[in-house]
Amino acid sequence: MDEEYDAIVLGTGLKECILSGMLSVSGKKVLHVDRNKYYGGRVGVNLSSGRAFGAPPPDDSYGRKRDWNVDLIPKFLMANGSLVKLLIHTGVTRYLEFKSVEGSYVYKGGKISKVPVDQKEALASDLMGMFEKRRFRNFLIYVQDFSGDDPKTWKDFDPNTQNMQALYEKFGLDKNTQDFTGHALALHRDDDYLNRPAVETINRIKLYSDSLARYGKSPYLYPMYGLGELPQGFARLSAIYGGTYMLDKPIDEIVLGEGGKVVGVRSGNEVAKCKQVYCDPTYVSDRVRKKGKVIRCICLMDHPVPNTKDALSTQIIIPQKQVGRNSDIYVSLVSYTHQVAAKGWFIAMVSTTVETDNPETEIKPGLDLLGPIRQKFVSVSDYYEPTDDGLESQIFISQSYDATTHFETTCLDVLDIFKRGTGEEFDFSKIKHELGDEEQ
Amino acid sequence: MVPKLLTPEQKESRMNICADILNNTDTDPDLLDTVTLKGTRFESVEAVKAKVTEVLNQLTEADFQLLSAMEKSYGAVAKSSTADAMATNRSGTAQRPNGSAQGKICQFKLVLLGESAVGKSSLVLRFVKGQFHEYQESTIGAAFLTQTICLDDTTVKFEIWDTAGQERYHSLAPMYYRGAQAAIVVYDITNQDTFGRAKTWVKELQRQASPNIVIALAGNKQDLANKRMVEYEEAQTYADEHGLLFMETSAKTAVNVNEIFLAIGREIEEAEPRTYPRTSSRRPGGSGQGRRLAEGDTGAKAAGNCCK
Repeated sequence: MDEEYDAIVLGTGLKECILSGMLSVSGKKVLHVDRNKYYGGRVGVNLSSGRAFGAPPPDDSYGRKRDWNVDLIPKFLMANGSLVKLLIHTGVTRYLEFKSVEGSYVYKGGKISKVPVDQKEALASDLMGMFEKRRFRNFLIYVQDFSGDDPKTWKDFDPNTQNMQALYEKFGLDKNTQDFTGHALALHRDDDYLNRPAVETINRIKLYSDSLARYGKSPYLYPMYGLGELPQGFARLSAIYGGTYMLDKPIDEIVLGEGGKVVGVRSGNEVAKCKQVYCDPTYVSDRVRKKGKVIRCICLMDHPVPNTKDALSTQIIIPQKQVGRNSDIYVSLVSYTHQVAAKGWFIAMVSTTVETDNPETEIKPGLDLLGPIRQKFVSVSDYYEPTDDGLESQIFISQSYDATTHFETTCLDVLDIFKRGTGEEFDFSKIKHELGDEEQ
Repeated sequence: MVPKLLTPEQKESRMNICADILNNTDTDPDLLDTVTLKGTRFESVEAVKAKVTEVLNQLTEADFQLLSAMEKSYGAVAKSSTADAMATNRSGTAQRPNGSAQGKICQFKLVLLGESAVGKSSLVLRFVKGQFHEYQESTIGAAFLTQTICLDDTTVKFEIWDTAGQERYHSLAPMYYRGAQAAIVVYDITNQDTFGRAKTWVKELQRQASPNIVIALAGNKQDLANKRMVEYEEAQTYADEHGLLFMETSAKTAVNVNEIFLAIGREIEEAEPRTYPRTSSRRPGGSGQGRRLAEGDTGAKAAGNCCK
């Protein structure tokens, strides 16, 4: 450990592993350390150690422990989203296999309906009345034909200055339709977007439908063996490009030099020197502030979610207004077919941003959709963000994982940190070139 | 089936492989006799080069077949590049287009384990590229290497994973073992400690890997037998007790390198002749149930936009 590195990365969560990979690929000498014995931090762990919740060891009806890979932070990949692009460009996709998530549903008035994404589905949907359907269809056509570079497709509407509320009004969409469009298609977590330029939401809806067009069924993908495979894949990328890996290594101090700039990391008596540190909030409690709380409830079940046509994987979004809240509730379901549970088992996760003193009551509308639950684990965790941009200290801190149901914000954070840390955008071409060689 | 065109980079890398073959032909003129295409014999290396260039410039599927036939006739251990190209082109169908119509293609994930500096990467480099570097850098910068061998009428394609140095501080990820059908545990015959570590890796494999994984023990650096610290018999006994294949190898002199991979290929074939569907090129490393993502994947596009 007593060596000098360009960068030391602390924590093997997904964000840190992607950063480690990108830094190694860019030619930096990287040391990647985790205080835990396993990869992944809070994204995806194996249940076998039972370390996550201090729950009693599962009995025999749960099958073999090694068959379980439970994510602590439920997220799906958008098939056309930035994480998939990162996976493909870095070649990490070759270590992984994915499955399409089978169903995408939205909650309205106590029951769930399939999210309509094209004109045909819009016309068949039970979410809207007949006239509303026509208006929604026109809206979808507008979004589909929309191109940011071509003002002709904007149809007398300036998406860069006019807000989303105005666009909804242009098409005469009612509150209910706005609700599922904003939350189940554009995947906004709250209603702030209504007052921001419409282009942002239009692009999000396009991402949804482009993702859907890619593999069908739903716009979401989920990796076989769980999300824990993602950090492992990027860690391998980093190692292949020379990154050094140390697990089970406690970090006692981040050593600062002149002007509060980082000079190294101490573990016991060993000090590794470095020019930069990249880490998750848990390694630097004095440099982050609490932004909020997220509640996540993991439910083990022996059946799929009712009313989803027995889908073996599903996402259900409960838009805030439907249940009188300020942030959405997300329900996701994966199963033994993803090699994350023993045969016949399903894992549902209900999560949301905490708004009250009684978070467990807040997720009740989600839990109520699931049917009988065999085992339930609840965790409420603080959501942290760094107090500064890290330029002065050269300590770059990622934000905690938010309640969103996909990885778009995760990637934005990673790319932003990379840019702050290296002063340049990540050059994807660098990797692609090298990949040609190693494919021999 | 519409043949995929190769990118300029892919073209170039395949060109390099052909150059490799041809360079070897230069040093061993007899090899030229083994190169026949569609029954045509080539008089000179230049003639082969000309054909290769022509093929690479046209790059239709028929040309892939030619290239493959050419590489196949080069020897039992064929370069795998065109096989790759063909596998991606003809997704799923396993018959080799030319020659043995009953031929089967099996793909296997093979992982390497062992202490740092025992010669894991060197063994792979020798097997895949026929090279040896006295001062091999500790990482070789490849996601994994592939190599295809022919066993009678079966073509076995190995997807070989190197530890990328993650073994050094016991930081190998579970992903590494996932879906591996074979493992080579390497030790250095001049270093008793590495043999002890090899036993630990065998235990680790039995704990982490799939139960029917084929494990081979390789006592590497056999060329340094005069500095031997681990007796052949000791290792052989250990291997017998634990049901491992065993050979002493030398990446430097190439002793037993191809042999150990061939033995593993046979063992997998014999052990589980029916486990893997013989007529499909099974994706190694995975469960065979998910999909791998690739650029330009458009999957069910038509279904998604059916009423446009």
